[in-house]
Amino acid sequence: MLSRRSNHRNPQLNANGELIHLLSIDGLPAAVIQHILDTASTFLSVNDREVKKVPLLRGKSVFNLFFENSTRTRTTFEIAAKRLSADVLNLDIAKSSASKGERLLDTIASLSAMHADMFIVRHSESGAPYLIAQHCAPHVHVVNAGDGWHAHPTQGLLDMYTIRHYKRDFTQLTVAIVGDLLHSRVARSDIHALTTLGTPEVRAVGPKTLVPDSLRELGVRVCHDMAEGVKNADVIIMLRLQNERMSGGLLPSAGEFFMSFGLTPEKLALAKSDAIVMHPGPINRGVEIDSAVADGHQSVILPQVTFGIAVRMAVMSIIAGNEP
Amino acid sequence: MSTLHLDAEALYLDLLAGVKPLLRANSVLVGIWSGGAWLAERLQRDLQLPGEHGVISSTLHRDDFASRGLSSGADPTRLPFEVNDRPILLIDDVLYTGRTIRAVVNELFDFGRPASVTLAVLVDRGGRELPIQPAYAAGRVTVSREQRISLARDESGTVSFNIRGA
Repeated sequence: MLSRRSNHRNPQLNANGELIHLLSIDGLPAAVIQHILDTASTFLSVNDREVKKVPLLRGKSVFNLFFENSTRTRTTFEIAAKRLSADVLNLDIAKSSASKGERLLDTIASLSAMHADMFIVRHSESGAPYLIAQHCAPHVHVVNAGDGWHAHPTQGLLDMYTIRHYKRDFTQLTVAIVGDLLHSRVARSDIHALTTLGTPEVRAVGPKTLVPDSLRELGVRVCHDMAEGVKNADVIIMLRLQNERMSGGLLPSAGEFFMSFGLTPEKLALAKSDAIVMHPGPINRGVEIDSAVADGHQSVILPQVTFGIAVRMAVMSIIAGNEP
Repeated sequence: MSTLHLDAEALYLDLLAGVKPLLRANSVLVGIWSGGAWLAERLQRDLQLPGEHGVISSTLHRDDFASRGLSSGADPTRLPFEVNDRPILLIDDVLYTGRTIRAVVNELFDFGRPASVTLAVLVDRGGRELPIQPAYAAGRVTVSREQRISLARDESGTVSFNIRGA
């Protein structure tokens, strides 16, 4: 972490407990998460209208600051902001100021002078969005679009929306998160959200090198055996295996990973018959997931993408409407 | 304490009679969430209109978003019919500044271009801030700006007014 305010107040909430930035799901009260999910369901229906746009952020400028490339995530934020009628500016910082050696906060100060109202931040350093939230002008709101290995809160929230959509009640569920949990900000956000919403059993499933026993501190059950991990699960969240992990000595090979932890129809059959399969995308067919499962009737990978737009609209409109 | 007394059930019977002449062939009722939606549901049944009434929310078009934020708990708009070329009869419980009506008319147009939009309300409390008038109001009251009037509904479906403030 670069820096994190150590005082008792959560920097994401104002004095009334309302959301003003979205930096991490860790520390968010269940009521705030539920409010985001309820609001997202309102926005989901906007897609069915003749005019797929509402004026809540009309006249506001949303800056997509991607210090780390991610066309897909950036696009979902861009669509969400545009459906709220905001003006959207995409800044591919990885290729501009940062490479010229400009300090992060100087970049932010310069962009704030262009009258930004909201920063959507993706950064390879954990904690960068916190630093920006602490130092930007009081009227500016910050959304973390993924920082290092730390958090990816909107992905976590869209995963919760998806689970709630198909399963309704978190307090009866067994959820298995499978793959490289060690380096996954998605997994961390999912775990915080699931435990906050009262999920009784969250399993972290994968090889010892990628699923360390220390994850138990987050309240999950650690499983190094796939069959044990997915048995009777209601929800299976497969994580993307990053190619760079293969070369780091943490894994023997993609093929071997697939043999042990790839989700095949046979392994899926061990879960409940109505289990859903999720994945944050982009999927590696034949590495973490078999095509028959990714394209099968239990897969909700594409609905996740649709829900993701509505969830991002909800987050942006909620924080923009709350005073610092 | 307020001495104002409004009999919502008696006013509803007037509304029922007042709405009839406003209906045209193909008209649909759209109730403004939440009080107006309850009234539209009852009118739909008592007038024996075919199909389902619509429910409309002002949430996404409110002009006080910047100061009040996103209101929570509102049901999303649900219009189970084609809006294009339909005569729309909007129903609300209390008409005040007209800002909610402005917002829901904008919301309505996100779904298509209605043939016409007419407004009928249970109570008009004056205090308009926009050039909006109802085609029918079952009752008219004058109350101070500090007072809040809202409709409540019990389990039997009976409606009554809550009046709060000085």
